[in-house]
Amino acid sequence: MTAVLETDGLGKQYGRKWALHHCTLAIPEGKVVGLVGPNGAGKSTLLNLAVGLLAPTLGTIKVLGGRPTDGPSQLGRIGFVAQDTPTYEGMSVAKHFRMGAWLNPRWDSELAERRIRQLGLDPRQKTGSLSGGQRAQVALVLALAKSPEILILDEPVASLDPLARREFLQMLMEVVAEHGVSVVLSSHLIADLDRVCDYLVVLVGSHVQLSGDVSALLASHCHLSGPRRDRSTLPASQEVIEESHTDKQSVYMVRTNAPILDPAWTVKPVTLEDLVLSYMRQAREADPHRRPGLGVLR
Amino acid sequence: MIRFTSLQFRIQAAVTVGVLVLIAIVVVITGPNLVHLYDTTVANCQAHGDCSYARNAFTQSDSFLQSALGALLLVLPALVGIFWGAPLIAREFEAGTFRLVWTQGVTRSRWLAAKLGIVSLASMVVAGMVSLMVSSWFSPIDKVTKLQFTYFDERGIVAIGYALFAFAFGVAAGLLVRRTVPAMFVTLVAFIGARLAITYWVRPNLMAPVKAAMPLHIVFGTSIEQTASTGLSFFEPVNIPNAWIYSNEVVNSSGHVPTAQFLHRACHSLLAVPPSGAVQGVPKPNPNAHAAFAECFANVAAKYHQVVIYQPASRYWAFQWYETAIFFGLALTVAGFCFWWLRRRLV
Repeated sequence: MTAVLETDGLGKQYGRKWALHHCTLAIPEGKVVGLVGPNGAGKSTLLNLAVGLLAPTLGTIKVLGGRPTDGPSQLGRIGFVAQDTPTYEGMSVAKHFRMGAWLNPRWDSELAERRIRQLGLDPRQKTGSLSGGQRAQVALVLALAKSPEILILDEPVASLDPLARREFLQMLMEVVAEHGVSVVLSSHLIADLDRVCDYLVVLVGSHVQLSGDVSALLASHCHLSGPRRDRSTLPASQEVIEESHTDKQSVYMVRTNAPILDPAWTVKPVTLEDLVLSYMRQAREADPHRRPGLGVLR
Repeated sequence: MIRFTSLQFRIQAAVTVGVLVLIAIVVVITGPNLVHLYDTTVANCQAHGDCSYARNAFTQSDSFLQSALGALLLVLPALVGIFWGAPLIAREFEAGTFRLVWTQGVTRSRWLAAKLGIVSLASMVVAGMVSLMVSSWFSPIDKVTKLQFTYFDERGIVAIGYALFAFAFGVAAGLLVRRTVPAMFVTLVAFIGARLAITYWVRPNLMAPVKAAMPLHIVFGTSIEQTASTGLSFFEPVNIPNAWIYSNEVVNSSGHVPTAQFLHRACHSLLAVPPSGAVQGVPKPNPNAHAAFAECFANVAAKYHQVVIYQPASRYWAFQWYETAIFFGLALTVAGFCFWWLRRRLV
């Protein structure tokens, strides 16, 4: 399987601070990838590197097998919806489409017009007068009409109300079904991703904490609860992601590919949200600089 | 990319065309009047004797328009830099739209090339047209004043160079500062600085001036003046039409100006003449004054001559081309920097 997005030792430094560090990833083709992490984890940095808006300080990044800025044809293969979905406020939707047609080699004007009709928007309306949700949808249509091979969305729903958020993701799902395009979507709201993603990348504190197929990740993690036990008594095949204890009881989240044979445990499947939160907490505990903040967490 | 840049630029272009039309209307309405006035007063004043009154009156006609049109040409390049140059990229940063346009299927260099190309062309066309209108409007007045170097930066082709430089600098400032209003401010300051530096340090040294020594003649303005520092001094005006006078001195063969003592000796009869009185506001010249002045002048002219350092009128267009070329060079350098910055510093 070829990788649509491949990074190797990727790092981006701002001043003295690393926004992204030692990032090595390979995202297979045809997935809807959710990129999650707390604010400031480097999600935007990674996506901006992927579309060539930023240049790496260290390492390499390849999108569709080439550098993001390898020329107009490479730029044309990548659809991008930037954070806060910027558009030219004084320009109408139709003029944005004209821009798309002029600037992109594989522009699909039929698709753009059809989508805007479906959304019930007037193409003569200026994008400055659209609601946030409508503007995000226009931005998505702009990115889609490029006929991209990969669609990269940076927090597209962050500023939308719940209804607009649902409509946006609905449209995204339709598009994926229709065109089979690979998607990388970042969000700090796991609930959004749960609905649409089949591949997950968890980014915490500028590092990749976890990545893989959602179904495989869910299958390889579980909650164990039972009488109190120390983590050293767990088999080596069970990697502890998170643990909590009361006087009598222990609850673990473990990663394992082997079946749980110990009858003392009550085994419960994990949800995507549990999984992401556990990995985020684990990353924070591993980072000594963040230790003072630990008490605030649940 | 050219079509898209034109689309983005169309409102500014429309506003500018409107302003140009307004200026053209003013020039077309008032210009022929000025030509007519010249033909009826200055052109045939010789027939009535002394021309100085007619000339003086003519150069003062339409004085408001004279200052307005002159100022327009001084200000126009700065406006181009501030309102076309500075926002060109800064606004894309401010609105975040650079993330939209840089991820279309066009490289950033082509994006910048199109923007720079179209708007700089427009800047030059606008500056050229306004300068042409203003220069032609002023041409009858300039024929009389003969001070082409005084109004050097309000006529001719230099405004095209100024506008191009101001525009390019505005773009670069926007690219570096990334915010429109600070970029506008930086552009204004830099433009004024560059103009002053070139005007006062570079322009006078572009060509070696001509040095001319000539005998003294009594002309309108030849005079002996009482001054606070030297007591008495002798003044002889220069009459080289349209020249750029660097210095004008009355000196003897060893290069010294007339001393007060010499003038006292040479002009003692003139100094003895009592000052002319006036009867009810009408000057009443002393009949002896003319002869005394002639004697004084002859004494001075016997030992002294006039040395003038100047740029001849014929060099005017060479200066215009040089200065335009300098600003073109600066503009190209700044534009080159923009491309470099965009490629190196922002990927």
